[in-house]
Amino acid sequence: MTVNPESRPGLLLQPKVKTGIIGYGAYIPRYRLPAKEVARIWGGNEDGLPVTEKAVAGLDEDVITMSIEAARNALARAGIHPEELRAVWVGSESHPYAVKPSGTVVAEAIGASHNISSGDWEFACKAGTEALVAALGMVGSGMGRYAMAIGMDTAQGKPGDALEYTAASGGACYILGPAAESLAEIEAAYSFVSDTPDFWRRAHAIYPEHGQRFTGEPAYFEHVGSSASTIMSEMGLQASDFDYAVFHQPNKKFPQRIAKELGFSPEQIETGLLSPRIGNTYAGAALVGLSAILDVAKPGQRILMTSYGSGAGSDSFILKVRKPITERQNKAPGTEAYIARRLEIDYATYLRYRSEIKVK
Amino acid sequence: MPRSSKPQVLIAGVGMLPVGEHWQQSLRGLAVQAIRLAQADAPAMPRPQAIFVGNMLASSASHQANLAALVAEYANLVGIEGVTVEAAEASGAAALRQAFIAIRSGLIETALVLGVEKVTDHPAEDLDALIARSLDSDYESAIGLTPHSQAALLMQRYIAEYAPSSEALGAFARISRSNGAGNPLAFRPQPLSAEAYAKAPLQVPPFKTWDLAPVADGAAALLLTRDDKLPKPLRQNALRVAGVALVTERLALHDRPDPLFFEAAAVSVQEACRQAGIGLADLDFFEYTDATVLHALLSLEAAGFAPRGQAWRLAQDGSLDRYGSLPVATMGGSNARGFPLGAAGVYQLAEAALQLLGKAGACQIDHAQRALVQSLGGTGTTAVTTILERLA
Repeated sequence: MTVNPESRPGLLLQPKVKTGIIGYGAYIPRYRLPAKEVARIWGGNEDGLPVTEKAVAGLDEDVITMSIEAARNALARAGIHPEELRAVWVGSESHPYAVKPSGTVVAEAIGASHNISSGDWEFACKAGTEALVAALGMVGSGMGRYAMAIGMDTAQGKPGDALEYTAASGGACYILGPAAESLAEIEAAYSFVSDTPDFWRRAHAIYPEHGQRFTGEPAYFEHVGSSASTIMSEMGLQASDFDYAVFHQPNKKFPQRIAKELGFSPEQIETGLLSPRIGNTYAGAALVGLSAILDVAKPGQRILMTSYGSGAGSDSFILKVRKPITERQNKAPGTEAYIARRLEIDYATYLRYRSEIKVK
Repeated sequence: MPRSSKPQVLIAGVGMLPVGEHWQQSLRGLAVQAIRLAQADAPAMPRPQAIFVGNMLASSASHQANLAALVAEYANLVGIEGVTVEAAEASGAAALRQAFIAIRSGLIETALVLGVEKVTDHPAEDLDALIARSLDSDYESAIGLTPHSQAALLMQRYIAEYAPSSEALGAFARISRSNGAGNPLAFRPQPLSAEAYAKAPLQVPPFKTWDLAPVADGAAALLLTRDDKLPKPLRQNALRVAGVALVTERLALHDRPDPLFFEAAAVSVQEACRQAGIGLADLDFFEYTDATVLHALLSLEAAGFAPRGQAWRLAQDGSLDRYGSLPVATMGGSNARGFPLGAAGVYQLAEAALQLLGKAGACQIDHAQRALVQSLGGTGTTAVTTILERLA
């Protein structure tokens, strides 16, 4: 069998109907666990910690409640009625149920109609951007006018594991619609995937496992680098054509290094680099970084967002900010406002909030 | 120099792969590439009659026993004699010893010595447990001791007895890293500053991160021949194995009367020198085992280059530098080149060969006629000491 040349038109994902973001909203829980507190308990070295602190969901929070918060913020900015949505999709690796969707609970809670597509997406840390690609497909094909994609996590880090320093809670919601109504047009998307087992959680396992240094070079750097450089070259753009860039951020160093390799300056990534202050929000990480950028972006500016999901793959999006952004930015709490809403907790409280203490 | 009537054993070709995390390569792939490089280094050599494979963990880490047969097949050497030699981290050097015995005895004329190890697919804690199999299983590894923790206990004792300064200990890693900066195959190619060493976290107290050689994947090969079978054009590229001795010591640390002295290392140096008919003063450099800084210290003292408890002074007074009186780890040692466990001994021998042939590039030392190469398995449990010398 040979490949029909007409079935490979190009590498980019570009919709027939021009599509953009009409509303977005972040949510970050208020509790913060300093990395040095984890180091204190586990005898870790306080020099070179991967982040300063991480955001932790409270006792009454999970991916569903946090998704609802972010979705309400996105609806406030979009200015549409929830019944106008044709899809509500949630990407996460910490859905409260293994079987039973988060998406339907969120949809019901925000007042979406029953005549929608809903479900959950799973692709480690890029589950959220995978939902975004699907929303781009739905809106861009004309199947629906508005589609909602959420990336949200309450990430699991095994006590004592290196991931415990960074595994955090938070994420963001995006509503896609016609580009003409949007605050930022999605000029193109691109997905790059391979079978690379760097990080996984098997069925019934409480905590994920990872291949330590294997998560770097052949996993994160290979996929994020390929994804970002391909979308830029296919679009005929280079780093200097962008005002902002945001990459999946499992820590502080990885996104800094890949940004440098791709030719971006520290100033271009500073606004969206939240992991030092909130940790790695997994499926929410790139999306909540983007929401911080949209909070301050100006019409005409161009943004690159590149996610990463273990297993492994990376989605890239190129956004061109449009005029309506200025009036919509203040219609919901900004990302930095959530980061500023900060209550430090100690390790014991963290264990209690994360249900790590056995009580029965 | 006295020469017996027995055939001389020469190294005719060497091959080494970069040491590192070879995630994209198989165990057999690494092995075959190293063999091809050694064969390309000695193109006129006939097909080797035997292969001696030095490997420590293929059975457990790669689920592969019968390694020599596998490697021979993939190296297009089906049918030759082949066997795997295991002596923990000294496996590669022990394989050379077996090849040396076979050729010197007159039973065979040519042999390949291969060191190969592929372990970085395993998470660090799993790998530590595999490496700990080289200790006494019933009395040491069963209670959680690993080679690193065992060396750390000895290091604490050494510090209590002899009070070396922290800077002096750090100088060993810095010498290796400085030498390794010129080695294109090195896993840690950057030099190490005194500040960076001082700031480094404790990894296994009292060892800092940089005191420990990083375990990595690698493969290296040597092509051996008896002297009268060496094609004439290859003579300028060949070296003599002037002596090689393998000595073992009590496995468990608690059975040793004097744990701060590497007895097997000491005896093997004496025996190798006796075979070569030389003394310590005739040796130009020392490729020692620097699995940890403790190994480096006790190796220098066991060989007799420093009195007991005083080897740390050598790293401070410049003796061990590239142009000092006794250069060590001249291409970075395991600390900078990387530590491919059972393959490490073959790397040491191949590196010493490059130095003696003047082919060490940016790592080249001056006036190297004769090399002392020592591989230690475990905490000095198996010691293989080899003396290589130039033909003319």
